[in-house]
Amino acid sequence: MSKFEFPPSIKSRPVWGTFEERKGSAFLFIADAEGADAIIDIATPDLMAKAHIIFINRGTDYAEKLRALAPAQFYEGPSYDAALSRIKRVLSDAKMGIQVYLSGTESLMGQAANEATLAGVPLASIQTEHRGSTARRMQCVHCKGFTEDVETDPFQCSHCGLNLFVRDHYSRRLAAYQAVCIDAEDPGNVPPSKGIYE
Amino acid sequence: MTIQFNDETFRDDYSFRNSDWAIKRFPFPFHEDSYMYSVNMEQHRGGPEGSVYEKRFDVDEHYVSEMRDRAKVLDDDPLRCQSLPHMTLAGWDLLELIMVSKSEDYPDLFELHRDGDTWRWVNKPLGIDDTFTFLDETTLPYGPMEYITRQSQGDFAVLDQRENNLWMDAGMITTQADWSLDFDIGMNFFEWHAPVPMAHEMGIFKRALKFLLNIPQGAPARRLNWTMTVNPLLDTSPENYHKWGIQKTTLTPENIGAKQHLRVELQTFYRLPRSNALAFPIRCYLCSFQDLMTMPKWGRRLHRVIKDLPDELATYKGFIDNRPMMLDYLAQFDDGLPTSPGIFPEPETEPPLKTG
Repeated sequence: MSKFEFPPSIKSRPVWGTFEERKGSAFLFIADAEGADAIIDIATPDLMAKAHIIFINRGTDYAEKLRALAPAQFYEGPSYDAALSRIKRVLSDAKMGIQVYLSGTESLMGQAANEATLAGVPLASIQTEHRGSTARRMQCVHCKGFTEDVETDPFQCSHCGLNLFVRDHYSRRLAAYQAVCIDAEDPGNVPPSKGIYE
Repeated sequence: MTIQFNDETFRDDYSFRNSDWAIKRFPFPFHEDSYMYSVNMEQHRGGPEGSVYEKRFDVDEHYVSEMRDRAKVLDDDPLRCQSLPHMTLAGWDLLELIMVSKSEDYPDLFELHRDGDTWRWVNKPLGIDDTFTFLDETTLPYGPMEYITRQSQGDFAVLDQRENNLWMDAGMITTQADWSLDFDIGMNFFEWHAPVPMAHEMGIFKRALKFLLNIPQGAPARRLNWTMTVNPLLDTSPENYHKWGIQKTTLTPENIGAKQHLRVELQTFYRLPRSNALAFPIRCYLCSFQDLMTMPKWGRRLHRVIKDLPDELATYKGFIDNRPMMLDYLAQFDDGLPTSPGIFPEPETEPPLKTG
């Protein structure tokens, strides 16, 4: 499947990469949905012998393909939230020399990169590759609630219900883009939603 | 001089007013009849007597009421003040800088008595007399940054310096021009400025960062920045934009002189001694259009600046929709006469407005 080319954007927005082979003492892969393809593309028997794959399927059926790569450890979970305690535990056990590979949605990569950084993994040891959905994880600047999988602009906050527009301003700490009320100066005047990249 | 502190509000009934003294010393941000971004830094080593540049941390007639407004903002939303764990030492640095500066610059208002690590701080306008142990957080009612910035006008960002960059790792932000500390905390210099149009392409931020990284102890710098605010609302936060945004639509040709305010930030930059962090106070001054127009030079100039401002900047600063009404109002105060260079109003020498 071809990769989505994100349009040029502002400097707070992260730039996602392409996986490359690196030397390491251990390899932790965290992926969701189509992110599995990025693992499959780089997998070799040697790499997989020292790999731990944490896969969040989000309703896809990539798990069997990943299991077939014969990684040293494999976990499949339904959602990032469900996998989070395991991710934290694995990162807290990580030793010097670990290489972290994150692939799939921006939400997954952003949140997992933040966990890895908090656990002390240097940024230079974290690789990313975007695959699949281009939906965004948005934080409402008003109520602070997060809305996942936002594909349209504007959208309605899943917590407070305000009509919000999608900014490119991005916080790594929150792993989210900022969403701001669109009709504050003209209540009720909300333009029709369209795709974020339309 | 003894300052008479106003009893006023920056919300609801908006009883905020500038005295004639405050108008005359207002930091008008345009030194010529046009405006474009620049790295407009200069040394912060005093200025004309009575001006906002004179003291290290300017205290004016709005002090007590501004601190009351800040306390209200923090009651409503404690996330406006945050400090990442590694920034506590920088908070003590900032506390020391402000206490020493204010007690030296305003000895009739503030006193600092130091006996080793035992410090006694007296803040007469706010009725505070506290004794605490320097560098011992348990002896203060708040963390050191929050304690001192609840007693200091203006927002305070405290920037960590590492990897040849500055990091927004602590702050007290309640009088902001529509940016969120809670969202931006932890960002580097380029990231938190990311939404600003045009300036990245002009190389402004690269040059500004280079300058700021090299500010040494004892040589603070300053610059002015500006935007527009309808009503004298200090807390123009993104958090509350869904509540205050509607006020921008309440301007009419009759009320614009009283309601439309020029909002100016006096930004200063101090290297902190123990942490090597950079203190970045952002002091907000508000002045209504009608008060600005009492200075003929400012009347002429503001009209010319707003008229020629690029649309991107008027949009970013949030007044593109109101610009035509602003220009209709301001045009009455521009008789086409030349203006003298510099920001000061010079009412004694500038010609009065030609009428008829």
